[in-house]
Amino acid sequence: MLLTLYIEFFKTGLFAVGGGLATLPFLYDLSDRYGWFSYEQLADMIAISESTPGAIGVNMATYAGFSTAGVPGAIIATLGLVSPSIIIIIILAHVLERFKQSTLVQGAFYGLRPASTALIAAAGFNFMYHDLINTSVYSGLQSLMDVINIKALIFSVVLYVIMQHRLFKHLHPVVFIAFSALIGILFSF
Amino acid sequence: MRALLDLFITFAKIGAITFGGGYAMLPILQREVVEKKQWVTNEDVMDYYAIGQTTPGIIAINTATFIGQKTKGTLGGVMATLGVVFPSLIIISVIAYFLNTISESELLRSAFSGIRVSVYILILQAVLKLWKTAVMDKVGLMIFTVVFSLAVLTSYSPVYFVIFAGVLGVMSFRLLNKAVK
Repeated sequence: MLLTLYIEFFKTGLFAVGGGLATLPFLYDLSDRYGWFSYEQLADMIAISESTPGAIGVNMATYAGFSTAGVPGAIIATLGLVSPSIIIIIILAHVLERFKQSTLVQGAFYGLRPASTALIAAAGFNFMYHDLINTSVYSGLQSLMDVINIKALIFSVVLYVIMQHRLFKHLHPVVFIAFSALIGILFSF
Repeated sequence: MRALLDLFITFAKIGAITFGGGYAMLPILQREVVEKKQWVTNEDVMDYYAIGQTTPGIIAINTATFIGQKTKGTLGGVMATLGVVFPSLIIISVIAYFLNTISESELLRSAFSGIRVSVYILILQAVLKLWKTAVMDKVGLMIFTVVFSLAVLTSYSPVYFVIFAGVLGVMSFRLLNKAVK
């Protein structure tokens, strides 16, 4: 059972390319084939994984492993998920180190850096869009107030301005996260 | 040995305070491994994110392995990765055990409504930090604009965008070099 768990999550880590949610189709497939957890449990896993610290993919693997075989299952599933990454990235890092001076590698990175930054920016934009715009109320006649989460919008502007101030600029990100949690508790967006 | 332990602890810290997955890890990575420990540069981080999105496995893990490997070789890569997953193992196991009481807590729901705002504002801040080194000329600006628009408007896998940008980079790099010569 634990061996199967390791192999299945190794496969997930090998074939899921991208962010943590890319592992989702593989988890549905595991649910279908082994019945280790239900679709409802998977929905809970996504919600919990997105709102707890850590990488979403790792959180989901841990959760799925835990539902299947307790703490040992959680550890085995997570190790299975990260094993392919470790192997592939370490080989790739050695290759890159060797060919660092080639114009091919330099040229590739010349194009990759703006693309990489754009993908991160797009991820941030998507987070913001889904948080500020209430997509479920499009039907019928609604005022703008219903569609836009005004409180969250105001707070995001305030938070951005605070962060630019020289007194707060060099604070650790976790300070802003904790501060935002507190504001969330006080004003509940 | 000390350096390996340092890697493990630093990445465990990063794993414990990252909310929202691999992209949200960026501002914390910049703070901890670029500014504080100076193990890698902002350029390195961008490269790792680009590769991390095109290679198998999830971005957060791929990036952690890369930074660990750069700092302390193969064993470093392993330690950084174990570090970044360690908090998840503990936190998720505890939550899975007490699930029902936790997901119904109104207090936690409200707290997360605030945390979500900080996640995207921190990502915005992190992107602005990368901007200067990422978008250096018109070609860079064009790639950024095209990839950003496609990523927001379509649901194609980032793999295609990264391959497209890599090929375009090689081609324009060669052209520019020829022009200089």
